[in-house]
Amino acid sequence: MSFLNNLITGISLGSVYAIIALGYTMVYGIAKMLNFAHGDVIMVGAYVTFFATGSFNLPPVVGVLLAVVVCTVLGVVIEGLAYKPLRQASSLAVLITAIGVSYFLQNAALLLWGADPKVFTPVIPEGSLPISGVNITYVSLVTVLACIIIMLALTWFTSKTKMGKAMRACSEDKAAAQLMGINVNRTISMTFAIGSALAAIAGVLLCSSYRTLMPTTGSLPGIKAFTAAVFGGIGSIPGAMLGGILLGIIETFAKVINTNISDAVVFAVLIIVLLVKPAGLLGKTVREKV
Amino acid sequence: MAVLLDVKNINVYYGAIHAVKDISFHVEEGEIVTLIGANGAGKTTTLQTVSGLLHTRTGSIEFMGKPIQAVPASKLVAQGLAQVPEGRRVFQQMTVEENLEMGAFTQPNSTIAPNLERVYAQFPRLKERRKQVAGTLSGGEQQMLAMGRALMSNPKLLMLDEPSMGLAPILVEQIFDIIKELHKAGTTILLVEQNAQMALSVADRGYVLETGRVTLTGPGRQLLADEAVKKAYLGG
Repeated sequence: MSFLNNLITGISLGSVYAIIALGYTMVYGIAKMLNFAHGDVIMVGAYVTFFATGSFNLPPVVGVLLAVVVCTVLGVVIEGLAYKPLRQASSLAVLITAIGVSYFLQNAALLLWGADPKVFTPVIPEGSLPISGVNITYVSLVTVLACIIIMLALTWFTSKTKMGKAMRACSEDKAAAQLMGINVNRTISMTFAIGSALAAIAGVLLCSSYRTLMPTTGSLPGIKAFTAAVFGGIGSIPGAMLGGILLGIIETFAKVINTNISDAVVFAVLIIVLLVKPAGLLGKTVREKV
Repeated sequence: MAVLLDVKNINVYYGAIHAVKDISFHVEEGEIVTLIGANGAGKTTTLQTVSGLLHTRTGSIEFMGKPIQAVPASKLVAQGLAQVPEGRRVFQQMTVEENLEMGAFTQPNSTIAPNLERVYAQFPRLKERRKQVAGTLSGGEQQMLAMGRALMSNPKLLMLDEPSMGLAPILVEQIFDIIKELHKAGTTILLVEQNAQMALSVADRGYVLETGRVTLTGPGRQLLADEAVKKAYLGG
């Protein structure tokens, strides 16, 4: 049964990657930029929940909601202050700014909350549910469920609502979208808001499974989720989900074989996929405009 | 007739390049007005300045009596100004119907259904393909979609940028038939074209642009017969 147990651990870890990857991929799809500070927003979300539930004794649900609100605002502020002024700048300038924002957030957290790791109190009750001989922890169950719900909600949002469709229109052609009366800047802010809210949820879920919380907590999962987004096809929402879950499974099984090489395996897989299919698993091949 | 669009002495720059030099023109309600000229004459720049994608350094643009040169593009649509961009620019990965819905972005939801009906009546081809992804349409169909999409906002002024570009002659005829029909139905049209022959034959008035300036203006028929225009743009 250890195979099934590992598979479930992998899917659960992959669900967290998937939720983070959605933020990367949506922002990339619309703003055509890699928001490397995304991983650090996760860390902020986890700290907010940690202090809300630990220091202020608020109920877990309130702690999570608070994290979502704080991260949403943080995402919109980052976009407005750091990225919006660079709308016409080269993509390299934006990339370097994003890395700068990432370091800024990590160091701000270091200053505010110190370097020593905090032990995160899970917001989900401990224990597990035995399903046909396999014990599935509540955390895994909630993580996977959250991932599925987010996936369905986002699919519905982008295919059925006016704002969601406007988002797709902006990601395809900003000038044409403006000619439709769509406010492109507002749409980009909204995308950052959604991505950052998801990052908050991912942060809480991540720290509920892996208890340690430090200023650099979001950095490696952020990079892995970015890998997942590229793996699945950056810009594609189902791609981010698929890439995230596959990456989680691969990493978990690699850890079973040898803990030291698991990260190397993850990135080796990325390299192989990009060699074979440069657009990623579900990526769209770029059409030449006539 | 009331002046719908009044452009006075606009100057537009791309960085250091002075692309539009002191251009003035106007469009009255119910007219088809065309701006013709060779590649690089400043036609598209002028149109994009009117629609708010580009900005004037000096000069004024009034739409229905109100200055609009400082209004962002996304706000002009709601005021009744719609542009069909050069190269059509339909949303390739969205369906025909989704493209049309985007055209109605600024409109109240209740107007979407009747407007869809109207556009589908005008372009039956689009109705047949409404669930199809726009990227799979032919060039002519994409042009129809781009026009239908602009009409979804109930524009008071429809601006068409090179609607004949890249289309086979038979499709060019079709597109111009549609322009005439729209005009008959009461739509005011500002048409930018390299195909001077077609444009001048449907237009009430025309302006000839050369390297960023208006060099000649007059009724469409008169320009068609003008020796200088014939020589420069009509191949004879």
